Amino acid sequence: MWQNLPLFPQQASTMAPRVDALFFFLIALSLFFGLLIAFLIVYFAVKYRRRPGYERGVSIDASIALEIFWTAVPFGITMVLFFWGASIFLDQTQPPVGAIDIAVVGRQWMWKLQHPEGQREIDELHVPVGRPVKLTMTSEDVIHSFFVPEFRMKMDVVPGRYTTAWFEATKEGEYPIRCSQYCGAQHSGMLGRVIAMTPADYQQWLGGGATGVSAAQAGQNLFQRLGCATCHKSEGGSQGPSLAGLFGKTVKLQDGKSAVADEGYIRESILDPQAKIVAGFQPVMPTFKGLVSEEGILQLIAYIKSLSQQERTAAK
Amino acid sequence: MNGAPQVHYLNVDYGIRSWLFTTDHKRIAWLYLLSVTLFFFFGGFFATLIRLELMTPQGDLVQAETYNKFFTMHGVTMVFFFLIPSIPAVLGNFLVPMMVGARDLAFPRLNLASWYIFILGGLFTLASAAAGGVDTGWTFYTPYSSIYSNSHVALTVVGVFVTGFSSILTGLNFVVTIHKMRAPGLTWFRLPLFIWAIYATSIIFILGTPVIAITLLLVGLERVFNLGFFDPARGGDPVLFQHLFWFYSHPAVYIMVLPAMGVESELVTAFARRRVFGYSFVAFSSLAIAVIGFLVWGHHMFVAGQSVHAGLIFSLLSFLVAIPSAIKVFNWTATLHRGSISYDAPMLYALGFIGLFTIGGLTGLFLASIGVDVHVHDTYFVIAHFHYIMVGGSVMAYLGGIHFWWPKMTGRTYPEPVARVAALIVFLGFNLTFFPQFVLGYLGMPRRYHAYPPEFQALNVMSSAGASILAVGYVLPLIYLIWSLRYGRVAGRNPWGARGLEWQTPSPPPTHNFDVTPRVVAEAYAYDKEPEETYEFGSPSRA
Ligand code: HEC
Ligand SMILES: [Cu+2]
Ligand SMILES: [Cu+2]
Repeated sequence: MWQNLPLFPQQASTMAPRVDALFFFLIALSLFFGLLIAFLIVYFAVKYRRRPGYERGVSIDASIALEIFWTAVPFGITMVLFFWGASIFLDQTQPPVGAIDIAVVGRQWMWKLQHPEGQREIDELHVPVGRPVKLTMTSEDVIHSFFVPEFRMKMDVVPGRYTTAWFEATKEGEYPIRCSQYCGAQHSGMLGRVIAMTPADYQQWLGGGATGVSAAQAGQNLFQRLGCATCHKSEGGSQGPSLAGLFGKTVKLQDGKSAVADEGYIRESILDPQAKIVAGFQPVMPTFKGLVSEEGILQLIAYIKSLSQQERTAAK
Repeated sequence: MNGAPQVHYLNVDYGIRSWLFTTDHKRIAWLYLLSVTLFFFFGGFFATLIRLELMTPQGDLVQAETYNKFFTMHGVTMVFFFLIPSIPAVLGNFLVPMMVGARDLAFPRLNLASWYIFILGGLFTLASAAAGGVDTGWTFYTPYSSIYSNSHVALTVVGVFVTGFSSILTGLNFVVTIHKMRAPGLTWFRLPLFIWAIYATSIIFILGTPVIAITLLLVGLERVFNLGFFDPARGGDPVLFQHLFWFYSHPAVYIMVLPAMGVESELVTAFARRRVFGYSFVAFSSLAIAVIGFLVWGHHMFVAGQSVHAGLIFSLLSFLVAIPSAIKVFNWTATLHRGSISYDAPMLYALGFIGLFTIGGLTGLFLASIGVDVHVHDTYFVIAHFHYIMVGGSVMAYLGGIHFWWPKMTGRTYPEPVARVAALIVFLGFNLTFFPQFVLGYLGMPRRYHAYPPEFQALNVMSSAGASILAVGYVLPLIYLIWSLRYGRVAGRNPWGARGLEWQTPSPPPTHNFDVTPRVVAEAYAYDKEPEETYEFGSPSRA
């Protein structure tokens, strides 16, 4: 029990050293101010202790200069902390382009993950070292949180919407995934692990056990099976708009507003089609709520995304 | 002058009805003191069970379901039934009228009603515990609380809903009293800083509590009548709940700590025997905290899926709310300079408060630094941080205040050496309990874990060991304070040589506090003057 008493978690992602740097700065700052206050209290308490002939303190009125000084100093320091923390956060929340797209579905009490190549995993995530990995996450029931301490990465996994997070592993190894949002009885048992491997090993892992069906292909199959294709033909001229090139574009809506076609938008189009009507179309699309699982929706999204990629490659 | 008066508020009548139907703010303070003490030990009992379970990594003491109820009952009881009412309802009730030179609060019957409402809410919560408990955590996050939990959520939520009214009414009572019932000459800038703090707290009570009441009502409606507010399957939004919940519950942190800061200002001045350094800065920082405190709730949702912009703005505002607290700490420390400092038990609590509150505040900067918060959010780092603020801060100040005003409340003094030892035990036990949790959090131990990886055991054992020391520190005052009621030395009017108005009347005070309405002719904490140069009581009063 007492052997190996670690004080800090390993640094295993590109973000870890950056978060730690600010953390250590904060510790230094806290030590400085903490010890300063402690020293002053002890020093005053001893020096000005009550003793015979010294029964009353000397009331000194506030010094405005001093008050301004000790208002300005914390203000300056907190602004430094704010900008430093914000700069890390901005990078934490913006996945680099070209990241591997992993779909994550949380539920009481397990993690279901799917790779773009089609591999599905439960409570395990294999990733290559040195490549950014983006997680698009949702939950089937309550709120969970995807936390990998060694990566200094955490994001809540919320039912009814997508949240995203990303990391880039820097060291091969196994790192625990811990659910960090209380989610019911087995909350502390909702564990998993990220297995970071060399790119070569990762390719091999992808090859072995492959289903041969990528996430986008699975989405395409669903697209046919659910009858989406009857209304959404790529040539256009059908009841619904063509979905080719949709992903990432700004869509004009009936009510004059516009919306960016991201994962959340497509999810809403499938589950609650009346919420936003595309300009020039009738509100005839039925809801698919209950007909398609969270994982299915993520596959449909992968498919619609792949249509845009095809467009882009075709344009080139 | 120093003997106990013949007739005072405690001995005017002994019947049980004279207590249950009293409208005397001092007696109502006792009703609250007894009830929050019971709730404190009730919540402490669950804390003990938590620390016992966490001695070993496997989660082998109780089932996960049971453990989840332990930490929920602990949180609900301590937050809503101990911390929130503790200083305002016990010390505030006892002191506000005396400090402003009034005979009672503005609405004495409303004050009694507030206590009954509080007890009614408490009974609901106890009933839910007796029926099998709740397992949502004190934060009641949806849709777990509104749909998935199989425990007595509705009963608990009603309990918290009901007590909310007690807070609102108490806040109203204080605000009106402070505005309308100050003694002649007692201008705003002559008020003790405790009054400023209670005033700021009351504003939060009045503006914030209705929000939590409505929010919990919505949870109950969704749960019982299947209405869709927060459940996405019914078109609701689970994160909306978090916005509403924290819109109250972040300011609630200041409900717990502002009164503690008020007590702190009284203690530091009384035991340094000098005027507080920077009176108006300490006073206005209370108001600043109350106002800015309403604008930082989003820091509880940095990783909940709110927009990046919202995250950044809430991070900035959270840093700003730290500044008034820092100003207070610097001013209290400066107040020690050239004081005449004695180390009586209340002062030990007050000095301990500064140390622990400083650590709590500094670690708050870690959490406001949004890039670092992503890592420590919902881990034991957060648990450690808010226990430093709420136990290291508020409970220390509460105990310091109880010791300080005990002679006034009871007319007796407690055995000082034992009290000093107890204060030291609390300080040491507290640090041993909660400091290791900062390390655990950064290592990545999430909160609300029934079982945990074995490499975290050493730190958890330290924490549990600390908790057992802390428990001794909390039981000791219970024993010697009760003992002092009968055997303590008679205290006299002003045993500490303090300057507050409450010390200018006998101990225990007469039912109407002052025989003659005092007239205030100097600022607060005038330790360079005699009390007679600060307060004038006309001729007959001081006979
Ligand atoms: C009955 C015909 C019909 C079916 C079946 C249908 N849709 Fe639609 N869909 C429409 C129409 C019409 C619109 C445009 C009006 C609107 O926004 O509701 C639309 C809009 C959309 C949009 C938004 C497009 C944009 O340009 O912004 C998406 C995405 C979408 N559908 C996906 C799907 C998917 C996936 C399926 C199968 C699960 C599906 N649709 C099935 C008729 C249909
Ligand atoms: Cu979970
Ligand atoms: Cu907060």
